[in-house]
Amino acid sequence: MIMQSEYIMNLASKGLRIDNRKPEDFREIKLEKGVTGNAEGSARIRMGKTEIMVGIKMGVGVPFPDSLDKGVLIVGAEFSPIASPSFEKGPPREEAIELARVIDRGIRESKAIDLENLCIKKGEKVWMVFIDIHILNHDGNLIDAAGLASIQALLDAKMPEYIEKEEKVNYEKRTKPFPVKFKPVPVTVVKMGESFFIDPSLEEENALGARFTITTMDNGNICAMQKGGVEALKIEEIDRIFDLAVRKAGELRKLLK
Amino acid sequence: MKREDGRKPDEMRPLVIKAGVLKEANGSALVKLGKTTAIAAVYGPRETHPRHLTRPDKALLRCYYNMAPFSTNDRVRPGRSRRSTEIAKVTREALEPALFLEEFPKASIEVFIEILQADAGTRTAGINAASVALADAGIPMRDLVTSIAAGRIDKTPILDLAGKEEEETECDLPIAYMPREKKITLMQMDGDIAQKNLREVIDTAIKVCEQIYEKQKEALKERWVGEGK
Repeated sequence: MIMQSEYIMNLASKGLRIDNRKPEDFREIKLEKGVTGNAEGSARIRMGKTEIMVGIKMGVGVPFPDSLDKGVLIVGAEFSPIASPSFEKGPPREEAIELARVIDRGIRESKAIDLENLCIKKGEKVWMVFIDIHILNHDGNLIDAAGLASIQALLDAKMPEYIEKEEKVNYEKRTKPFPVKFKPVPVTVVKMGESFFIDPSLEEENALGARFTITTMDNGNICAMQKGGVEALKIEEIDRIFDLAVRKAGELRKLLK
Repeated sequence: MKREDGRKPDEMRPLVIKAGVLKEANGSALVKLGKTTAIAAVYGPRETHPRHLTRPDKALLRCYYNMAPFSTNDRVRPGRSRRSTEIAKVTREALEPALFLEEFPKASIEVFIEILQADAGTRTAGINAASVALADAGIPMRDLVTSIAAGRIDKTPILDLAGKEEEETECDLPIAYMPREKKITLMQMDGDIAQKNLREVIDTAIKVCEQIYEKQKEALKERWVGEGK
């Protein structure tokens, strides 16, 4: 592993990547929607060998005390052992929690979901929206892949009917479109030696120094950021990362259906 | 731009740092940022438990962030939450660039951050305390790590958001910074802000990191200068 990481860093010092990609190339991306029947909305993304499925489920619950007239958004991520030999069973670990929280912040802070529209009765009943991220195959860059698939799944979602009299959700009848207002898209830039790459594969992630995720909105504004990795960055390097991530977000957003 | 507590836009709340506040820990520090109070304890380098986590090439750095149940108005449920797990991760990544972990293969260094009173800026207070506690423990460091959050209200960059400002701000951007190395070790952000306005928010935060740095050094001097004479 250390040998391979050294090889990858040596290549990176010449601006080269182990799979011959250019620094600013994504791997091949395939994005599908409506991939499973019982979810209110769903999407599957393949980014190179990384494969993720996202499902949206909705239910009716009690609002949080600090936002009585707003629906509830919950993002969860599961790293199942089917996706990687390094994933273990059990409660979500650090990486899974970070992934879910970075995607949650992107969607929440961009106000992509009109949560006020998801209030049924103020203070008593609101829609709960669950975005569940399921990693099927882990080959790096989970944040970007899961972020794009999450928005695609939301765009695919239809609201089930709520039967007031019986206080029941009728999942057989999904008609109203789900209120998505914006399309926040995360782009992660990694620093390898002196080079900056996007869409790192797992091999590259194992070698990287610093990772920086920037979630951009349709109008170019930034709604969430997260630095990761154990290397410190100079301010000029962060400027460079901003430019690259904002530019590349548009490319990903075009893939949404 | 008038602030609730009368501070200038680029003024942080009163900051108090004390080193060596705990007897049993190898290193410790207390940080008060306004009403926010964080205490950090450092143990190590010591043997790694459980053993299988041992790294042959360098020390293992482990960080824990915990809010005392009585630290906020609504009682905090004891134990780990998703939030505390994420903060512990970014704290570790914020501190690690300052340490020479390669000097202590197989050992572990553990940092415990306890938030005793929370009033915004707990992760940054925790990092400031942890950094001083690591130095207090005598662990070799490239630099101290300083940390503060900034935002932007009414087109003005605002330092160290507190109270209602957290709702009014365009963004909430905590950073950690090594002043001597001039490098950023933590940056997070949530909000909605144009890219062109982001840089001045970052610059505002970095500027005050120099002041925090001086306070950290003073705290260490107060604890150690004259010791053993």
